[in-house]
Amino acid sequence: MTGEVKEKMSVLTVHGHNIKVTEVLNDGDALTFIIISQKLSGTGEYHVHRTYEDFEWLQQHLFSQEDVPGIQGVIFPPLPAKSHVNMSAKVIKQLGFLGIGEWQLYCKALETFLHQVAGHSILSKNKAVEVFLTNTDPPGRQRAKKNILNRLSQAVEELRKEGHKDVDEFFQSERHHNHVMTCCARTAAEKFLDVVLTEQKMAVACGHFSTALHLCVEPGEDPDKKAFSRVCVKLSEVFDSMKKNMTDVAQNNMITLGLCLDLESRYQEAEKEMLFRRTCKLVELETATRNAERAKPVKKAFMEELKTATETEFEHINGVAKKEIAYFGGVRVEMLQQSLVQWCEKQLLTAKESADQFNKHLQAFSGMV
Amino acid sequence: MADRATEPPPDRTDFHEVEDGEELFVEPPEVQSQPASLAAEDISTNSNGPKQDLFDDDPEDLFAEATEEVSLDSPERDILLSDGPSPAITPITPPTSVITPRIGHAHDDMFTHSSFDEIEEDEGGDSLDIHISVSDPEKVGDGMNAYMAYKVTTKTSLSLFKCNDFSVKRRFSDFLGLYSKLASKYLHIGYIVPPAPEKSIVGMTKVKVGKEDQTSNEFVEKRRSALERYLMRTVKHPILVKDPDVLQFLESSELPRAVNTQALSSAGLLRMVNKAADAVNKMTIKMNESDAWFEEKQQHFENLDSQLRKLHTSVESLVCHRKELSVNTAQFAKSAAMLGNSEDHTALSRALSQLAEVEEKIDQLHQDQANADFYLFSELLGDYVRLLTAVKGVFDHRMKTWQKWQDSQVLLQKKREAEAKLQFTNKPDKLQQAKDEIKELEGKVQQGERDFEQISKTIRKEVSRFEKERVKDFKTIIIKYLESLVQTQHQLIKYWEAFLPEAKAIS
Repeated sequence: MTGEVKEKMSVLTVHGHNIKVTEVLNDGDALTFIIISQKLSGTGEYHVHRTYEDFEWLQQHLFSQEDVPGIQGVIFPPLPAKSHVNMSAKVIKQLGFLGIGEWQLYCKALETFLHQVAGHSILSKNKAVEVFLTNTDPPGRQRAKKNILNRLSQAVEELRKEGHKDVDEFFQSERHHNHVMTCCARTAAEKFLDVVLTEQKMAVACGHFSTALHLCVEPGEDPDKKAFSRVCVKLSEVFDSMKKNMTDVAQNNMITLGLCLDLESRYQEAEKEMLFRRTCKLVELETATRNAERAKPVKKAFMEELKTATETEFEHINGVAKKEIAYFGGVRVEMLQQSLVQWCEKQLLTAKESADQFNKHLQAFSGMV
Repeated sequence: MADRATEPPPDRTDFHEVEDGEELFVEPPEVQSQPASLAAEDISTNSNGPKQDLFDDDPEDLFAEATEEVSLDSPERDILLSDGPSPAITPITPPTSVITPRIGHAHDDMFTHSSFDEIEEDEGGDSLDIHISVSDPEKVGDGMNAYMAYKVTTKTSLSLFKCNDFSVKRRFSDFLGLYSKLASKYLHIGYIVPPAPEKSIVGMTKVKVGKEDQTSNEFVEKRRSALERYLMRTVKHPILVKDPDVLQFLESSELPRAVNTQALSSAGLLRMVNKAADAVNKMTIKMNESDAWFEEKQQHFENLDSQLRKLHTSVESLVCHRKELSVNTAQFAKSAAMLGNSEDHTALSRALSQLAEVEEKIDQLHQDQANADFYLFSELLGDYVRLLTAVKGVFDHRMKTWQKWQDSQVLLQKKREAEAKLQFTNKPDKLQQAKDEIKELEGKVQQGERDFEQISKTIRKEVSRFEKERVKDFKTIIIKYLESLVQTQHQLIKYWEAFLPEAKAIS
């Protein structure tokens, strides 16, 4: 890394809430995203080019902040899954809403990710964030060492700990609630995606019908033929309007509620992962406590120390986790409200436009002699 | 007319005695000049079609044609028409109607006019004031003998009918029976008779065994709607509406059961028409088409048929997707409800529950719209594809008519040659017989020519009427459809306007 790296800087020099991921450059092999951030000092913007690997680099750096106490209690803003230039059906399905249409939704999801990271009290202090957003050159490609924060490294047997009974009522209930919400959110997102995909199919079908009608137009002076041709032409216009209506309805669904449900579901997963990490630490603490009790006098002191250290870690995690849960609770309600309002407003507008348009067609047909 | 009926013409090897009592007086077409005698007859049943046309100045023994005609008909036709007037007695020339007394003064008008055109003008062309609805499907009986009875209500100001507003109960086979009678009387002289709805073994079986579910209800509704459209199309035809079989169907409380309805469905008719068409082709008719109009129209209808089929497929796909959308919307509504239930935040929970309700309402809108898609467009297109088979049928009948005429001419020529030879032999009896036969054949040839010209004329009128109806039909349906689209959007606006404050009220 070269350039303007401020080694000791731990404060972000750009605004977090209006970072934009504006464009995707597709060179056939990889996708490059253009990210624009506004300087805090108000004197301009940073424009940087980043690939998905750069995002992963950032995420790894955030995960590996072992010096920050209680870091495992953080609910890490979820990064969307990797997208490719040419995606297999399986990958598209995994991406859900982020895999349909053009890159608009995917960019929005990346944007949200950056907002959340830059707006996070703990995470924004990591200098990797500053580097990511402001450095002209791409950040380094070294993979940070794998750590417990990387879900991929969690071995299968650790998953058994997921059901481990908690010592704290608050967390026991939270774990249960989160489990239910994760399932509900994921299902809602999937079902809504089905709705949107069908709407898109319908738009295509309307287009086909409209085209087929043009085939019915016959040349000739015969008045009946002309009359029928006129009917067909006007009807195809009606179906063009229907196509537009369907397309708009699907679009509105996608960019407001669809995106929101997708994020909600991924965020609930992120909380789930945090709670799991805490549970693992709990198990570790209980093991350490048992070991300390059973330790032979030779090892006892060492075991006690280990137990105390683990206890402290656990306390830190609990502290951070509680704050994160409260913060996350507020953020998601706000997010859901915003998207529900936007969704409703957009659909209302589309319905009014369509009603108008169909009415015009109706008048035209009624007036047709 | 009674005289004619009781005097069976000689050598009628194919003369069929009519089976059903009601079919006693099958059209001996009366001469135009004796309307009074006809009116006085107490004939309770059907006439044979439109009143006689221009060629009514040759009173002739129309039974003479009977045998010739039968030999050209495809066998299916006999099966098809066994319920109706036998083909043997059905003349090709447009017969006069056998007027039933109840028509009353209306037919005075019919008899003072000597042409089809004038009749149409008199009745106001195609704006006949009559409306038919088919409603209240009711299951009668049990098990495999059960059937659906439909209420057929007619509202009209036409003086053709005894009342202005009346109903009867009919079952599906009655409709098929009506169609078969009309087809046997009018198709071969060039009238486009609207086909009856399709039979459906699967659909009906479900209804019979009492399976009260969504699909069997949909089936009954689909059939009810199709029967209604069928009747409306039939009575909109200025000639068919006056047919006594139609009048009887609409008015009389008891209707004799139509038998042999197997072959009477549209599918059966289609098979018959196709077989007739094949027979026509096999005869390698090289018709000297003196009238380019017919060729052009045939091509036009071929094109139209293929276009309509494409449109039909397209609409079916749309209907399918819309139904899928409805299912998906319902599922999403459920998942949103679950999300709302699990939600801690009170206002958000309420908003999510509202969201679920809105989505359920939208699902209902989708279903209604899908029905509109189907019943308006899909069925309209299907109806026209079926109507086009009837149109093709009349064109084929014209070809067959031409062929008959040609055959008569060829036969006449042969007889003349034979007669010429006989001149030089001393067989006065045979010679006389030959001369008689020639005279007969000359009459036939003239009749054949007249038939051909008549059917051509009728087809031209029918096609013109069909084309105009088609445009009107489509326009009417499209307007209905647009109204449904506008209605849907207005509903949506209501739902969204109701939801917005709920969404804003979160936090």
